[in-house]
Amino acid sequence: MTDFAASSPISERRARSQAWWNAVNAWLLLLPAAVLLVAFTHWPILATIRHSLFITKRNGTEVFVGADSYRAMAADPIFWKALVNNFWFALGTIPTSIALALIMAVWVNRNMRGRGFLRLAYFTPTVLPMIAVANIWLFFYTPDYGALDQLRGLFGLGGRNWLGDPSTVMGCLIVMVIWKEAGFFMIFYLAALQQLSPDLDEAASIEGASRWYTFRRITFPLLMPTTLFVAINAVINSFKLVDHLVIMTKGGPNNASTLLLYYIYEVAFTFQDSSYAATLTVVLLMLLSAIALIKFGYLDRRIHYQ
Amino acid sequence: MRGRTHPVEAVAAWLLALIWLAPLAYAFWSALHPAAYATSFSLSAPWTLENFTRAWKQAPFARYYLNTVVLVTLVLVGQLILSTLAAYAFARFRFKGSGMAFALVLLQLMIMPDVLIVENYRAIAKLGLLDTIPAIALPYMASAFGIFLLRQTFKSVPQELVEAARVEGAGPLVILWRVYVPLARPTYVAFGLVSVSYHWNNFLWPLIVTNSVEARPLTVGLAVFGAPETGVDWSVITAATVMTMAPLLIAFLLFQRQFVQSFMRAGIR
Repeated sequence: MTDFAASSPISERRARSQAWWNAVNAWLLLLPAAVLLVAFTHWPILATIRHSLFITKRNGTEVFVGADSYRAMAADPIFWKALVNNFWFALGTIPTSIALALIMAVWVNRNMRGRGFLRLAYFTPTVLPMIAVANIWLFFYTPDYGALDQLRGLFGLGGRNWLGDPSTVMGCLIVMVIWKEAGFFMIFYLAALQQLSPDLDEAASIEGASRWYTFRRITFPLLMPTTLFVAINAVINSFKLVDHLVIMTKGGPNNASTLLLYYIYEVAFTFQDSSYAATLTVVLLMLLSAIALIKFGYLDRRIHYQ
Repeated sequence: MRGRTHPVEAVAAWLLALIWLAPLAYAFWSALHPAAYATSFSLSAPWTLENFTRAWKQAPFARYYLNTVVLVTLVLVGQLILSTLAAYAFARFRFKGSGMAFALVLLQLMIMPDVLIVENYRAIAKLGLLDTIPAIALPYMASAFGIFLLRQTFKSVPQELVEAARVEGAGPLVILWRVYVPLARPTYVAFGLVSVSYHWNNFLWPLIVTNSVEARPLTVGLAVFGAPETGVDWSVITAATVMTMAPLLIAFLLFQRQFVQSFMRAGIR
């Protein structure tokens, strides 16, 4: 029947109108989502780039300034500070939380007593609002009165202004974020571990391989795709995680804890300089696009379209 | 790896679990005790709910709860409808430009509305929606993540079921509603849980676009309430913090398995 359809001119026309009808239906289905996506993702991306090339005068008129804002940005020490902070923040949080996540997943995956409780304990921080977490940890770090200084007091150590000291503030925030994120990453390792064949372990133990050896030479390499996936997501996350700064440090002291997105927020909504905020956003967009290229160009080809 | 566990490892696992729960336990401790015991742990410390009543009286938390519930419902319903329709188009229709359109959708996985705060604020202001709950919800209603998850699920629906429905004379929308949607239930649950947790906890964007008690969600209300300049007692702030996270925490404790599986399902993609 299909052969007949292909050769007859009438059904060929019908097939073409069928295809046309198909496309109309599909675009109608897409329309509502497409409108909102364009309005709040694609258009803003283009508008950001455009606004970074203009400045708005006091009377509301826009003046084209070309790369002036970018030159100003290159000379802005706070921008560089935020960028460098983002780097240290990512470096401080990601490897440690991934390592912890892997250990947690391996433990929870065992027939250990109370593994349900362990999983619960590790995962709980994931469901808490960052802002609530910031409130709790803010109190830990309160000088003298807070839990950390009380603990130090037991060993006869004096109080410290943890969040008020540029040399300790980043470390404090990193510890908190590790606590918040490790359990989330654990989930992905747990899923991967459950998909590994138990035969592998069995075979290894029959061969007399030690558990550490099995982990290092068999399990860990097999988990490599998961590790890459988690790492990419963690990097993206590290650019978005700024809620806690609003409550804990406001980027201070002396911009020691500011991050790029927080600086954008400050420039746009505290200093009311939306064209400079657009310039800073362009940098953030470029960073995220670079990560996207790595992800889609290199990692996801296999994961998505299998 | 599933064999016996060395006792040292078991101890380490438990120790880590206790450390992981300590901040939370600490928050509950100081929320449930008078301010004088906020930092001194004594078994004889009297228990009290006074911090909660004081927090509840000092700020309009009832309204904040309502706002958050309205917000997460609005976002979820919008996301479910829009993603279902779009995912259906991508999964079962062949049309020119579908690959390009899908790539443009996926872009939002990388560049989420969270980082486009400056321009989205401009857009919301132009729409005259500043300081309303729809203003918080709108940028998130079309979810690339939802479209992506549902498209994967819809693609795995057996073609025979679709054919059978078509033979019975069902049109595309009826087939979507009768065949695809029921079969995608686990995906809907997973996406729903992740979405609700995300928007219950979301903070920066709501902080930017809201300015009044009528529109503020819980997270922003908590931040306003706990700001150092308000001079509120630490114990009362912790009580408010516990109130903010309690609904999700309780839901998580009750449906732990679904939560973990949903985050897993949503994350593997």
